[in-house]
Amino acid sequence: MSIIVAARPSQEARVSPGFRFAMLLPGGLVTFFLILFALGLVVFLAFRGNDGSLLGAGMTVANFVTVATDPLYWTVTLRSLVIAGLVTLATVVTAYPVAYYLAFHAGRRRSLLLFLVTLPFWTSYLLRVFAWKIVLAYNGVLNSAFIESGLWSEPTLAFLNTPAAVVVTLAHAYAPFAILPIYVALDTIPRSLLEAASDLGARPFTSFRRVVLPNSMPGVLAAALVVFVPTVGDYVTPAMVGGPASTMIGTLIQSQFGKANDWPFGAALSVCVMLVILCVVLVARGADRRFGSRT
Amino acid sequence: MSTAREEANAGGRWLGFYVLAYLVFLYLPVLLIPLFSFNDSIQAAFPLQGFTLQWYQTLYGNPALSGALANSLVIGVIAASGATLCGITVSYMDLYGRSPLAATISAAARLPILIPGVIVGISLLILVNLIGLGPSRISIVLGHILVALPTTVVVMRSRFAAIPKTIREAALDLGASDWTTFRRVMLPLSLPAVLSAFMLAFLISFDEFIVVFFLAGTEPTLPLYIWSQLRFPRSLPTVMALGTVILGVSFIIAGTAEILRHRGFGTSRRVAKPA
Repeated sequence: MSIIVAARPSQEARVSPGFRFAMLLPGGLVTFFLILFALGLVVFLAFRGNDGSLLGAGMTVANFVTVATDPLYWTVTLRSLVIAGLVTLATVVTAYPVAYYLAFHAGRRRSLLLFLVTLPFWTSYLLRVFAWKIVLAYNGVLNSAFIESGLWSEPTLAFLNTPAAVVVTLAHAYAPFAILPIYVALDTIPRSLLEAASDLGARPFTSFRRVVLPNSMPGVLAAALVVFVPTVGDYVTPAMVGGPASTMIGTLIQSQFGKANDWPFGAALSVCVMLVILCVVLVARGADRRFGSRT
Repeated sequence: MSTAREEANAGGRWLGFYVLAYLVFLYLPVLLIPLFSFNDSIQAAFPLQGFTLQWYQTLYGNPALSGALANSLVIGVIAASGATLCGITVSYMDLYGRSPLAATISAAARLPILIPGVIVGISLLILVNLIGLGPSRISIVLGHILVALPTTVVVMRSRFAAIPKTIREAALDLGASDWTTFRRVMLPLSLPAVLSAFMLAFLISFDEFIVVFFLAGTEPTLPLYIWSQLRFPRSLPTVMALGTVILGVSFIIAGTAEILRHRGFGTSRRVAKPA
């Protein structure tokens, strides 16, 4: 034992600077240049005026004044938050029982089921959204199936191009995101806690409410975060199934860098989205601490 | 005590049905794409009009499609190599580098999870214009390295962490340098995870749309080609045939990656995913 302990300091001393440099270089380049520097550029551009050049001209807060005073941006931001909030709620609530089953009841089928729920994550997002377009279209799967079964006599337009279509499509597209964090949280709850609750006379529902649910909250919050972040900035689903009534903040950002061609203003919108996400992360952190996170 | 267990078992059975229904909901819309790709009709609607392979025949001899496919394959392989290299080095140094810089890099590498794709896309668009690359295939590669990075870091980190500490310590005690320990001991031991990370990164790049939308120049990737075809109702069946092929290939690659990831030490059965 003492030999191993004595050997430790010499090991650390042996970490050669060349090795360290070579190993840190690829990740360092990517993270500092492509992530941190690129995000810094967005923040910088947000405070510039649009004169058609790449980095704009003059320092100004005019972009943020526009965002704050024009009711259009409030409407769209609020709509994005409501849609992303509903999608997050729907995915987390529907995913929780699946994660619970995986953690406590799946037995031998656990690996297979885990694989099945994660598989859609690795398939094309565009194709998953496209699938909903053909389901919800006027001459689509749902309408034709209802007519074929005699429930309706003519197709209805009520599915496609509604905010509800966006919520359903996004909830389906991001469903696999929610299961894993909750499953991991449930799976790491010490089984002795459940035995103790049961030995002390708690009915299954009581021990679920008082032991399992509070202990799994860190996973629930992590799941909510990984669903909320990509949905709040999404622009593909509103374009495919949402119609004009479900324009989201991501759509506006995309058009500023496309047709509208006002990059500084698009950057300012992006900064606002990142601030909103930061607030959500901080709230989630606070909630995590309240539940006595074990992490 | 026994009643509590019976209740739990009954609850488990109901949950089982729920999980089944959930899986149906998860897969049914996606499986409609293969179903209607064999349907002899322009429209994706019931009743089915009969079996045909004509939509698959339209995939052959389409230069725009094969060009996009070649682009996607080349970009996917290069971006996956880059993302895997970064994933290996970042997670290795995070675990064994014992430096604040390595920990910072590892945390920053997982930052893209907390940024919506549209913002990743526009930030890289500004960057590549600034350094003079402009929208191009190299820009797409950079973007896809970034998008795949959290996944490769998580996969490699859980693998390195599953290798018993004593193995690395033994190598160092026997006089192997850091470089030799890494190359001759740690890397061979985590080879299945390296392959798995590479395949998953390739899949992410191959299917990625949100970021590539901003970074593509004149040469589209496969998802961009699909997006451009969605405007034309006539090409809908062709898109579904193409989508079926892509889904099939994705399922095979993801399945292989999953098997590879659980090879070996087997202690880490956590399904790694950016989370």
